Amino acid sequence: MTQYFQDSWMGYGFGWLFATTALILMIALPLMLAVAMIIYADRKIWAAMALRRGPNVVGPFGLLQSFADGLKVFLKETIIPSSANRGLFIIAPVITFTLAMLAWAVIPFGPGMVLSNINAGLLFLLAISSLGVYGIIIAGWASNSKYPFYSALRAAAQMVSYEVSIGFVLIPVVLWAGTFNLGGIIEAQRSHVFFLNGFGFNPLLFPMAVIFLISAMAETARAPFDLTEAESELVAGYQTEYSSMSFALFWLGEYGNVLLMCALNATLFWGGWLPPIDWEPLYWIPGIFWLFLKIFAFFFIFSWVKATVPRFRYDQLMRLGWKIFLPISLLWVFLVSGYLMVFRYGALS
Amino acid sequence: MIQTFVFYLFATLVIASAAMTIVARNPVHSVLWLILAFFNGAGLMLLLGAEFIALLLIIVYVGAVAVLFLFVVMMLDVDFAALRAGFARYLPFGTLLALVLLAEIIFAIAAWNIGGIDNGVRAAPTDTSIPNIQALGTILFTRYLFIFEAAGLVLLVAMIGAIVLTHRVRSGTRPQNVSQQIRRRPQDATRNVDQPSGQGVQL
Repeated sequence: MTQYFQDSWMGYGFGWLFATTALILMIALPLMLAVAMIIYADRKIWAAMALRRGPNVVGPFGLLQSFADGLKVFLKETIIPSSANRGLFIIAPVITFTLAMLAWAVIPFGPGMVLSNINAGLLFLLAISSLGVYGIIIAGWASNSKYPFYSALRAAAQMVSYEVSIGFVLIPVVLWAGTFNLGGIIEAQRSHVFFLNGFGFNPLLFPMAVIFLISAMAETARAPFDLTEAESELVAGYQTEYSSMSFALFWLGEYGNVLLMCALNATLFWGGWLPPIDWEPLYWIPGIFWLFLKIFAFFFIFSWVKATVPRFRYDQLMRLGWKIFLPISLLWVFLVSGYLMVFRYGALS
Repeated sequence: MIQTFVFYLFATLVIASAAMTIVARNPVHSVLWLILAFFNGAGLMLLLGAEFIALLLIIVYVGAVAVLFLFVVMMLDVDFAALRAGFARYLPFGTLLALVLLAEIIFAIAAWNIGGIDNGVRAAPTDTSIPNIQALGTILFTRYLFIFEAAGLVLLVAMIGAIVLTHRVRSGTRPQNVSQQIRRRPQDATRNVDQPSGQGVQL
């Protein structure tokens, strides 16, 4: 597409700018729609598991509920507490939301269908997700109120801890694929185990897939790890002082991150846009459909866990991250690199 | 053209945010400006084609070190008046330090221009045909393997030292034993009684 616009009357530089802007909009706008629908889906799944009906009034089956909520929130007044740090208070939700959007730049939606096909795609994702904590910390501090501040401190420790194990979980994947490029990682999963597409089908990498899924829940502060907004202790955590659009931006950013983590699960361990089975007729269905199917399957797991698992205590959370996930993933780095050294690179022969 | 513009944008932002780090009255603002400076520094490295270093700078410094830094500064109860008073006292020392750093940068650039240590490396400083990560990995794990591993060991020792210094065994506390908690079964802790009315429960 970039090529097409550069060959037209626009010329090289302007054509690039136009094409890239158009591509960004082509990702960001459907993403916003997806976030709105996923919030609806989350509420519906949660309700079904609690034997309730969930949103069912606005539109057919309540499908328009998220849009009604959005409109309502948009029309409300933005309240800034008088003792809050004004500039930082406003910028915090913007940071959260922007970072949640930014990370989608390197996610491949199909063969060659990626906004920015960079070499260090996975590192870019790690960098963006490690920045995500700033929105929460700044919000907690700028609110100048004790519950948001507690929440910010919890979030900081929680996210830094789980990033460590996420980093180690990714190393076996990168070693096996031999590249940091997400497209390359997906290609490496083609018929990985006999005719199955996906690192997750490999018994050696499956434990990493499980750890990554759980760490992803902790990293996005979803239930059962939602200690940052534990309403029984912290009112609404870092969002306590927020209202109207600034609150909505947090909300959108949070669900954008959840979708991103689902997409990462699908991309890194379950073949991304590849169909699960390496069988020719399945490739007739466009890759984007498989990716969306996998993202939704993971989102269902996220909702399912949210509806069934009780919230962790903070010390249990830290124990899980540092004393269980970190040693296991560190061990797996050794195991996988040893396996590859012997069987792929022939270290013993 | 765009590269030049972006370079000057990042460079200006680095200098401005570094200056704001010093000038800002609130220490939390200082740290946030410092983070912005890191971030723009990473942008400059990206422009140089060192994407691995740039992303690592963001992951390690911005994503972890600065978070903990911010964490500490937010919890500190800083006396601003005392900080202001110290400014004049440390000014000569700070100026000296800045001059030394500036002189070092000038020497380094001059030495680079004269060229001496390894002309072969200097003639082809970057090989654009192989990715950054691969190039760094190749050189770290072959030529500089020993130094790399030694640096890792030094960090390990530092980590163990930090843990030894801060870890104290306190007596009188009753920490949880998680495996004991998990081993506990309902039948060990509860019992069913057929309670006759009018009598207290036997505990």
